[in-house]
Amino acid sequence: MSQSIVSSRPLDRRRFLMGSAGALAAGAAFRFPTPAIAQPAPLKVGFMLPYSGTFAKLGKFIDDGFRLYVEQQGGSLGGRPIQFVQVDDESKPESATDNMNRLVGREKVDVVVGTVHSGVAMAMVKVARDTNTMLIIPNAGVNEATGPLCAPNIFRTSFSNWQVCEPMGKVMFDEGRRNVVTITWRYAAGQQMVGAFAEGFTKAGGKVVEELALPFPEVEFQALITRIATLKPDAVFAFFAGGGAVKFVKDYAAAGLNKSVPLYGAGFLTDGTIPAQGEAANGIKTTLHYADNLDNAANKSFLTAFKAKTGQDGDIYAVQGFDAAALMAAGLSATKGDWGARAQVAAAMQAAKFDSPRGPLSFSKANNPVQNVYLREVRNGRNELVSVAGQAVSDPARGCRAQS
Amino acid sequence: MDAITFAVQLLNGVQYGLVLFLVASGLTLVFGILGVINLAHGAFYMLGAYLAWAIASYTGSFALALVGALAISFALGVALEEVFVKRMIGRDHLAQVLLSFGLILVIDELRQILFGKDVHSVAPPSWLQGSIQLTEVLSYPVYRIALCLVCLVLAVAIFYVIQRTRLGMIIRAGAENRDMTRCLGIPFDLVNRYVFAGGIALAGLGGILVAPISTVFPGMGDGMLILSFVVVVLGGIGSVTGAAIGALLIGLTDTFGKVFFPQVSSILIYVLMAGVLLWRPNGLLGKA
Repeated sequence: MSQSIVSSRPLDRRRFLMGSAGALAAGAAFRFPTPAIAQPAPLKVGFMLPYSGTFAKLGKFIDDGFRLYVEQQGGSLGGRPIQFVQVDDESKPESATDNMNRLVGREKVDVVVGTVHSGVAMAMVKVARDTNTMLIIPNAGVNEATGPLCAPNIFRTSFSNWQVCEPMGKVMFDEGRRNVVTITWRYAAGQQMVGAFAEGFTKAGGKVVEELALPFPEVEFQALITRIATLKPDAVFAFFAGGGAVKFVKDYAAAGLNKSVPLYGAGFLTDGTIPAQGEAANGIKTTLHYADNLDNAANKSFLTAFKAKTGQDGDIYAVQGFDAAALMAAGLSATKGDWGARAQVAAAMQAAKFDSPRGPLSFSKANNPVQNVYLREVRNGRNELVSVAGQAVSDPARGCRAQS
Repeated sequence: MDAITFAVQLLNGVQYGLVLFLVASGLTLVFGILGVINLAHGAFYMLGAYLAWAIASYTGSFALALVGALAISFALGVALEEVFVKRMIGRDHLAQVLLSFGLILVIDELRQILFGKDVHSVAPPSWLQGSIQLTEVLSYPVYRIALCLVCLVLAVAIFYVIQRTRLGMIIRAGAENRDMTRCLGIPFDLVNRYVFAGGIALAGLGGILVAPISTVFPGMGDGMLILSFVVVVLGGIGSVTGAAIGALLIGLTDTFGKVFFPQVSSILIYVLMAGVLLWRPNGLLGKA
């Protein structure tokens, strides 16, 4: 049992337990649906996700979402039972290559699903390209993964940083904001999101007055909030996530800025964080490829099933995990469970079109989702849909040599 | 930058520095008096915040959360000293680092089992919930100002205990020469225990008091641990006054660094530390 545990810290009991539980769950799951004779070998899915640290909850939800889809299919995808291996990437880029190599080399997984942190995802993309391993990115939005580094074996079920932020530029300009300050962490995801927003906003005719940034994952915002108060812009566009997003929104409201300088942001500012942000989050407008009250059948049944499985309210991270499994299923069904026919699998995955809880979902030539981007506003503790900020938005995939 | 903005940024810097001092003082006390490196200091900070959140959300009272979480932190300190730490006194630093690193993992695991890994926030007491309008658009939360005052009072209390009381004399004597203090019949081992527990309680208290303006999340202790070490090394290991000066320097450097030199703000405090160590290898007030 312990052989299926991949860990950079051998003494970590939590990971041992989680891995064992995962293996048990997988074992229990594929006993039922497949006949005793000619049982196909299980397909090994390696989760490389943050199970600890700032993004721990996000990692767990992606994991839960993926498993939910597999459970709904009776524990198998395209006729192949699924077996899971978990690695905690701790959102640490420096150990990402080792973790990924362990999954691919020692664990010999068939597909890797991961991760949240863009820096870690970049290292994973490099290993996936070198080893021709199938990689499905269920969150990290780093543009390069489906840009200059795009490859037939690299898919994404989430978004590109460009994709979710560029539409906000026009939205804010149309709402009469002309001078805007941006604020984020100084790391790949933050700079790309803010950059894409600035691109859309400048194109619409607005002006970014100042780009504020602080080191990831620092949460001491007070100096920069005072700076915003001095600059008195029409609005602020922010990108933070997890604990940092909670603290920023609370600090912003505590400084009274929310009354005079409206806060806008990438959806992650208020996704999964509203309970902790409380009233401080009210009125914040964000763009994302999901909203809590999306009125479609897939979303309703997804939310009900997720609640039944985990006791918690599903969110975009869970949806992205769920869709990662759905995407794999599309590839596997096309080859009747033969993961070895990789070219066919990849082609079927790229051609996949389905009704995701987020709305219609298809994939670009660079394997990035083509999807609606929604404008949402925080009301009553939810990210409620205001309008569709961009219909079927497709990332420009700059630098990607279009695949055949 | 006009005078008001400058004053607000100064306040930001001092307030940040005072919080750093509160957490780092416990670290420097334990280090200076027991000679024990406690890497788990940040973990106790996180635990304090989670305990405060748990008690506050269960009882609805911040005061109860403060008292309860503080008492638990202190009791935990006493127990850990009895079981583990007293065996580490006088041992080489590697053993201490291993022990306290183990404690980080255990505490993180306990937090995971007891409280999960969600991000939480704690409401400040209702009479501290308002804010003061400073400029046209900027107001300052009353809680932050109260936090400054509490940290100042605590700093004075720590200085008073160490410099002016009999207990403080024993502590200073023990830090100076452990064996001689024991020879004189002073129950130094007992003092050790309460100094260690006090250090843990200070870390916990830092977490509790910061919880309402920060958020309570799993990795919150990691960054604080590193900053605390920077403060302690900068001020001189074992010196509470040094820690106070170091903490204020770090707070101000970080705040004004972010405003004036945003591109390099992340390394400024480490540049400051390196500079000070070149000039005074034992820290500002450290003994040679």
